[in-house]
Amino acid sequence: MKLPEAEQLCAQLVGELKARIGPQTAMIGLYTGGAWLAERLHAMLRLPEPLGLMDIAFYRDDYHARGLHHDPKRTKIPFDISGRDLLLVDDVLYTGRTVRAAMNELFDYGRPASISLVVLADRGGRQLPICAQHCGARVEVPSGMRLRLKRDAGDRLTLALEPERAA
Amino acid sequence: MQRNPQLNANGELQHLLSIEGLPREVLVQILDTAESFVGVTEREVKKVPLLRGKSVFNLFFEPSTRTRTTFEIAAKRLSADVINLNIALSSQTKGESLLDTVANLSAMQADIFVVRHNSSGAPYLIARNVKPHEHVVNAGDGRHAHPTQGLLDLYTIRHYKNEFTRLTVAIVGDILHSRVARSLIHGLTTLGAPEVRVIGPQTLLPSGVEALGVRVFHDMRAGLKDCDVIVMLRLQNERMDGTLLPSAQEFFKHYGLTGAKLSLAKPDAIVMHPGPMNRGVEIDSTVADGPHAVILPQVTFGIAVRMAVMSIVAGN
Repeated sequence: MKLPEAEQLCAQLVGELKARIGPQTAMIGLYTGGAWLAERLHAMLRLPEPLGLMDIAFYRDDYHARGLHHDPKRTKIPFDISGRDLLLVDDVLYTGRTVRAAMNELFDYGRPASISLVVLADRGGRQLPICAQHCGARVEVPSGMRLRLKRDAGDRLTLALEPERAA
Repeated sequence: MQRNPQLNANGELQHLLSIEGLPREVLVQILDTAESFVGVTEREVKKVPLLRGKSVFNLFFEPSTRTRTTFEIAAKRLSADVINLNIALSSQTKGESLLDTVANLSAMQADIFVVRHNSSGAPYLIARNVKPHEHVVNAGDGRHAHPTQGLLDLYTIRHYKNEFTRLTVAIVGDILHSRVARSLIHGLTTLGAPEVRVIGPQTLLPSGVEALGVRVFHDMRAGLKDCDVIVMLRLQNERMDGTLLPSAQEFFKHYGLTGAKLSLAKPDAIVMHPGPMNRGVEIDSTVADGPHAVILPQVTFGIAVRMAVMSIVAGN
């Protein structure tokens, strides 16, 4: 099965987002894949505010079943999000649970004017009423497989399929 | 081989009873998780929803202000419900056994027991008898261990010095009565600190302390030479039943940390103290309030470390 080119999708998203940039626009990427994508988009769009990075480990809804994620990164949002038009960036949109957790965490930092979701790929399978405002591509993923963004030593982004980790 | 009572079948932390015997990966996991929680404690909303609906029982069979308060703050910042029991004034004085007390609290649907007890091993006894979904965190047992204090010391050292493998660390004072010293020594050796020194009079050093992998000094000036980290311990008057020391003044003369003695350590050395401090007994005020002291940051980091410990054990 052929996966779309991540680098191409990036360029496409940049073109789409350019028209959306306003004085209150700021970007936040979700660890790990979303942070890579956000770093790329943030640089290409030359956004004036520094990039925010979030790890939603403390807001996940499966903590009681699976425990704490092993290596949570520190969330760093170096600007006041109140009144901002936020671009929330993740690599793959699937059940919507990560985005729900991210929005919960964001509201502990302030009250943004708006949040738009930017993803490289949407693989369907939503379990919550969440959709992406900016989506690079829709990708069908066979069951039992996981779609992930990878970054190589030369900072090149690629999409890859791998078996889902046993829960 | 008998399983470590702190770890579950997958090798994950289920109870925190002692730093001794914990693998390096678990210590690093706790310190890394604490770093993320430091980020939370710097926000305006200092709370995350992880332990919503869980009950944390603070069981203090021995008086404590700082440790109990920081556990309470940590649990509240994880959104848990906190119940403080001052057992010294409660059922035990009416003759109830430790395990009966715990069984009653378990019937009230406890999830985490934070236990301080004056007899070594009490948290182990509780951990062996709780239900699988209940977790025990040792907040200090007798002279044995005080793992969250040891972890917050390790966190503080890593924060200021970045790593452990090139450090010389001196622990000074009443090592004999100190569960803090014991926990810290185990943590430092597990994380690869090449030189851990203990400095104190013979009467305040446990016999055979060298077996823990430390160098012993009786002369503080020699012991402090070129240290990166100095951990001052409190002179524990309430634990001294014999005449181990001539007087507090005499102790200060030999083992109190003054500016002159501090100048023998490395220029960027940090000075730590688990509190409460006896100014003029183990530490001079100019040092305690000086630029090398990181004593108050230790307290702040202690909250994040306790959040990390509780959220890790409750999830396993």
